Amino acid sequence: MHIMEGFLPGPWWEIWFLVSLPFIVIGLYQVNRLVQEKREALPLLAVAGAFVFVLSSLKLPSFNGSCSHPTGTGLGAILFGPCIAAVLGLIVLVFQAVFLAHGGLTTLGANVFSMGIAGPAVAYIVYRAGIRAGANTYATVFVAAALADLATYVVTSVQLALAFPGTTGFFGAFLTFAAIFAATQVPLAIIEGAVIALVFKYIVQLKPEILTRLNLLSESTIQKLREVPA
Amino acid sequence: MKYGMEIAVAALIVIFAAVFLFQDAAIRASGEEAWGGADSNAADLIEASGYEPWVEPFWEPPSGEIESLLFALQAAIGAIVIGYIFGYWQGGRKAA
Repeated sequence: MHIMEGFLPGPWWEIWFLVSLPFIVIGLYQVNRLVQEKREALPLLAVAGAFVFVLSSLKLPSFNGSCSHPTGTGLGAILFGPCIAAVLGLIVLVFQAVFLAHGGLTTLGANVFSMGIAGPAVAYIVYRAGIRAGANTYATVFVAAALADLATYVVTSVQLALAFPGTTGFFGAFLTFAAIFAATQVPLAIIEGAVIALVFKYIVQLKPEILTRLNLLSESTIQKLREVPA
Repeated sequence: MKYGMEIAVAALIVIFAAVFLFQDAAIRASGEEAWGGADSNAADLIEASGYEPWVEPFWEPPSGEIESLLFALQAAIGAIVIGYIFGYWQGGRKAA
């Protein structure tokens, strides 16, 4: 999903910086509030960030003969909302752009938008909707994280198609890029969803009080989850 | 089942690896090169249309070894943090 350094011409790279900036500002404000009001949730924030570090460094082979990596931002988004997930994504993307020449500083805005904002927003919305509808918690986390991963790559395809419509126009270019990114991502998204659901189970077992404190699950739901081992 | 989810995730990963091995064998038999990164595949496609990137990364890992060193470091940093915090919570629960 990384758009490489220099691969977005003006005005697109400026536009994506402008689009991402407000989310980062809100995210920093929310992190700051978390530090002041819910200090006990900070280790969980570190876990969410560390999870993005691990998952986004694993380049996995996919079914169509190319490699890509999961994003891991779904966990942070479910736990803390998409704006804080955007800050976590930004940290990882800067690390990769500076040390690994993976992604780039000019394309940072676009990459933060796809991995840090669009994907996490999907995860957040799907999780909230699933919980409200009374769906199984772990299944909801699985679907939310998998769709977030997939959405990130769809958005990257949209970003590239907007900048490089080529001769086929936006839609044709989108299909070409989506064939490279989104199709590769389907099996990886399933794995990512499963791993994040597993981590969520460990959080429920180890530190359920943080989840109620963050208004993610009611106490009765947690009781039920802990009684029935999954 | 106490470890139902762990078993399900492990089974998924085994299937994933098996499909990879199966497909890799098929691709090798056809003599094609595969398993490049999707990011660079997209970049190649864009360059093929005549576009030239207008800036270069100011630093690139000088070799594949250095690159995998840095990726491994990235994963290790994350893994340490996750392991430390989960272990800390687990210890806290046991002591309580």
